[in-house]
Amino acid sequence: MPVRPRPTSPHLQIYRWQIGNSLSILHRLTGVALALGLPALCYWLVSLAGGEQAYAAAAKLLAGPVGLLGLVGWTFAFFYHLLNGVRHLFWDVGRGFERTQRHASGWFAVLGAVVSTLSVWALIRHFAP
Amino acid sequence: MAEFSLPANSKVRKDGRVFKAPAGATNIRVFKIYRFDPDLAENPRLDSYEVDMDACGPMVLDALIKIKNEIDPTLSFRRSCREGICGSCAMNIDGKNGLACVSACADVKQDVKIYPLPHMPVIKDLVPDLTNFYAQYASIKPWLQTRTPAPPDSERMQTKEDQEKVDRPSACILCACCSTSCPSYWWNSDRYLGPAALLAAYRWIVDSRDEAAGERLDYLEDPFRLYRCHTIMNCTEACPKDLNPAKAIGEIKQMMAHRRH
Repeated sequence: MPVRPRPTSPHLQIYRWQIGNSLSILHRLTGVALALGLPALCYWLVSLAGGEQAYAAAAKLLAGPVGLLGLVGWTFAFFYHLLNGVRHLFWDVGRGFERTQRHASGWFAVLGAVVSTLSVWALIRHFAP
Repeated sequence: MAEFSLPANSKVRKDGRVFKAPAGATNIRVFKIYRFDPDLAENPRLDSYEVDMDACGPMVLDALIKIKNEIDPTLSFRRSCREGICGSCAMNIDGKNGLACVSACADVKQDVKIYPLPHMPVIKDLVPDLTNFYAQYASIKPWLQTRTPAPPDSERMQTKEDQEKVDRPSACILCACCSTSCPSYWWNSDRYLGPAALLAAYRWIVDSRDEAAGERLDYLEDPFRLYRCHTIMNCTEACPKDLNPAKAIGEIKQMMAHRRH
């Protein structure tokens, strides 16, 4: 008889981060980030309805360093979650499971999200007053 | 709710023993190995073994056997065929699950860290308790089920194409590398069947001779048994036989969708 209950072997603490598990958890994290972005979006919309002063305050907050960081982050989260969601759609119809396919599509989702985010913000800076 | 950190009795102590290489050894590698002794009232620890690689075979299993024979006979691990067909020496090597017998020491950079298969009850050292894993395999009824009587004068015949559908999934050796690499399995192994059992289920569902596909799908149609798979694909990355449990699970999910319409 064991003297004490059997220990659980280490798992999250020791498992190697590879492209598959890293992008999977990133999908979840960006999903959470997008959900947390909804209240921010609501705040901005409500400020629109609240009149000129309320909107000016919201615009100032969102254009500040914290607001800008959040907006850029949410842009990335949106594009990554979207592109990785497309990967999931392919898997749902039984495609893209081979090693080279899933690695290539993973890199495509990450790089695509980075490029899309940079493009959107370049456009915003270009057209911003 | 998933518990992401280890329970108090499972935390790995840092003060493991160190076994120095014999004097004169020039080609030394350090093997850091998870140790747990059920007869001692203490937590698991990580012991370091310096191995003279000039007097050791190339595979991780060679090093483990050398350590057990020459350095520390108290080290416990499972092994048998030493050629990747029995599945006994499955363990976590350098952060990834694999078979020690077909994992080369040279493929690991720096120290070779060896743990038991992740998130399993540890019996001793690198020996996990696989009772639940085997029970899950048994639960998918891994045998041919038929309703029609067998032909009186021949076997149940199969076309070459139909045989090819089961060739690959039949190559599974039940080493548990895939299931114990899966975070979903870590958090829900009491209810989620895991990639190995699901690959086995797939192997019988697509078998042209089997006549219980409907019942098999009925059993899997469950929020946990099948649908805890979130396509993380650690399973397929880990499989030492280069099988694709993630794809098999994806195809089972498709069958579920198709039979509803």
